[in-house]
Amino acid sequence: MNKGYFGEFGGQYVPELLMPPLDELCQAMRDILPRPDFQTKLHDLLYDFAGRETPITFCPNLSKELGFDLWLKREDLLHTGAHKINNTLGQALLAKYMGKPSLVAETGADQHGVATAAAAARLGMDCIVFMGAEDVERQAPNVMRMRLLGAEVKAVSSGSRTLKDAINAALRHWIEKQRTTHYCFGTAAGPHPFPTLVRDFQSVIGREARRQMLEKTGSLPDFIVAAVGGGSNAIGLFHPFLEDADVRIIGVEAAGTGEPGCCNSAPINLGSPGILHGQLSMLLQDENGQILPSHSISAGLDYPGVGPEHAHLAATGRVRYGMATDMQALEAFKTLTRKEGIIPALESSHAVAWVLNHQADIPRGAKVLVNLSGRGDKDMDIVRPHIFPQGEQK
Amino acid sequence: MNRTAQTVIDQRLAQARAEKRLALIPFVTAGFPTASAFWDIVEDLDAHGADIIEIGVPFSDPVADGPVVEAAGVRALEQGANLHALLKELEKRKNRLRAGIILMGYANPFLQYACKATPKTRFTPGLGIRSALDRLAADCAAAGAHGFIIPDLPLNEAGVWRAAFEAHGMPLIPLVGQNTTKARMQEYARHSKGYVYVVSVLGTTGVRDGMPPELVETLKRARAGFSLPLALGFGLKHPDQLAEFAGREYAPDAVIFGSALLKHIEAGNRASDFLRPWKNA
Repeated sequence: MNKGYFGEFGGQYVPELLMPPLDELCQAMRDILPRPDFQTKLHDLLYDFAGRETPITFCPNLSKELGFDLWLKREDLLHTGAHKINNTLGQALLAKYMGKPSLVAETGADQHGVATAAAAARLGMDCIVFMGAEDVERQAPNVMRMRLLGAEVKAVSSGSRTLKDAINAALRHWIEKQRTTHYCFGTAAGPHPFPTLVRDFQSVIGREARRQMLEKTGSLPDFIVAAVGGGSNAIGLFHPFLEDADVRIIGVEAAGTGEPGCCNSAPINLGSPGILHGQLSMLLQDENGQILPSHSISAGLDYPGVGPEHAHLAATGRVRYGMATDMQALEAFKTLTRKEGIIPALESSHAVAWVLNHQADIPRGAKVLVNLSGRGDKDMDIVRPHIFPQGEQK
Repeated sequence: MNRTAQTVIDQRLAQARAEKRLALIPFVTAGFPTASAFWDIVEDLDAHGADIIEIGVPFSDPVADGPVVEAAGVRALEQGANLHALLKELEKRKNRLRAGIILMGYANPFLQYACKATPKTRFTPGLGIRSALDRLAADCAAAGAHGFIIPDLPLNEAGVWRAAFEAHGMPLIPLVGQNTTKARMQEYARHSKGYVYVVSVLGTTGVRDGMPPELVETLKRARAGFSLPLALGFGLKHPDQLAEFAGREYAPDAVIFGSALLKHIEAGNRASDFLRPWKNA
């Protein structure tokens, strides 16, 4: 069996010139990650710099309305506003141990870009972030944040000028600069070992949440729910629960506009198996194998592929993958904000939306844990025209 | 298929060797600059010195390529280029073309062609996928292709693909570069046929002025590691770039040009004029 497969999915579909740095990274995972000094330093960064551990929060008002107990895992409270920092601190520290002074990263909206830039600044490393030219225009304040943190932001004008093209550009950069640069990949996807590496850094979410649920409620949740784009926050929550047969696990893809055709980011539900960015996984593509542009109101879910472990968990049936549309996510965004005083990221709003829309599937009195992977402050410009269509209160 | 049988690719390279000259391998993107002009270019190159022609199968996300090849692919895709159409047109010319024909493209368009041809395929690496890849190989061989280059299919993933291609007499050409160790080259050598694509730079395709200083060591390692002919590519535009290798035992046996040739074509020049300075190099 080849390395890095989850059932039928995964692999290392990259140019031969990228095999040495991938091998080097596999080696570093074996040699460096288990070292106590590495683990101590990572622990300090996660707890004292990024703000772990994050609490689980009970939602009293929505629970009353829904008839079951809704809990949130509060990754939105982390430094830089989302779970992404769990991964970037881990990878940046690993790169430093490997003797690589520079990081390169891709970003769609900004979450991973900002989290990488912050990790680089903290650890005294150089950082280049590739971002689709389209996204640079849409996200000017976030580009500013990355630049303030010392990152060089490079706009990518090739292809569809969005996240997938930023990944292409970052891979090309890595081919050239592999001796001095680590590719700090943003999600649990891409060529082996990234799906495993990112999952391992994000699994802190599920390990904490599992223990916290036991401590606070005396038993495991009946449902755990997370939004799935590339899938790093979801696999981070899910992985420590996979052996708990009584826990139902739900991943939520972005159905986009909900119209037929390809205005979505839901490759598990609406795509087919294919090869992109180093992995064999589920993919939005046309009949000739060309990658189709994705769409979601949430930039963090706007990607035509998904991590191979999710494709595998869908194939085995261990995880059920549902969908939420742009409009359902906006409704959930408003509902959680008004009822519980928590402004969720539009990504996380998809997970909340699935719960709100599946009241009938969830038994009364059940315990439902949603991964609130990020906060919604970054989404104000996107939600404003939907929530205040007349422009009032601007 | 007799394992020792000489393929068309072997024959073309052997002929150049017998004539004591570099074998010339132009790369052109299928459907570039237009669907019909593309085939005129292939026929022109074939008639005027190309030993092997690498036909690029365009892909939306070509991570091993620089801006020139990517832009050519985008333009071809906008005009509807795809593998089906390419094979149909290639088949019409199958008995007229003298050059060896290599299909060069990323794994996914080949995979989707294969799986569409055999709709019940399950994606079990090494099992169900083999029959689909057999069908792809059979169709490509029937259309007149003689081999494949798939830049995102390194040794670790290539096994089932190579087996399917070789069952139809077509090699899967390996790519190696300055960060490929001697041991890794030897591993490739155990599995490979046809020729070896030596990537001149640690980078993507694209025209460059000089050649990196590490190239001599890369070529020496490849010469020692493989018994197959060495074809040098990435960055080539003029034979002067190879002057320092002349007469050396590690000098490449063949040269591949892509980006420089595409720019030459884009500028309205006749494709085969590009080959002229290389002919007696």
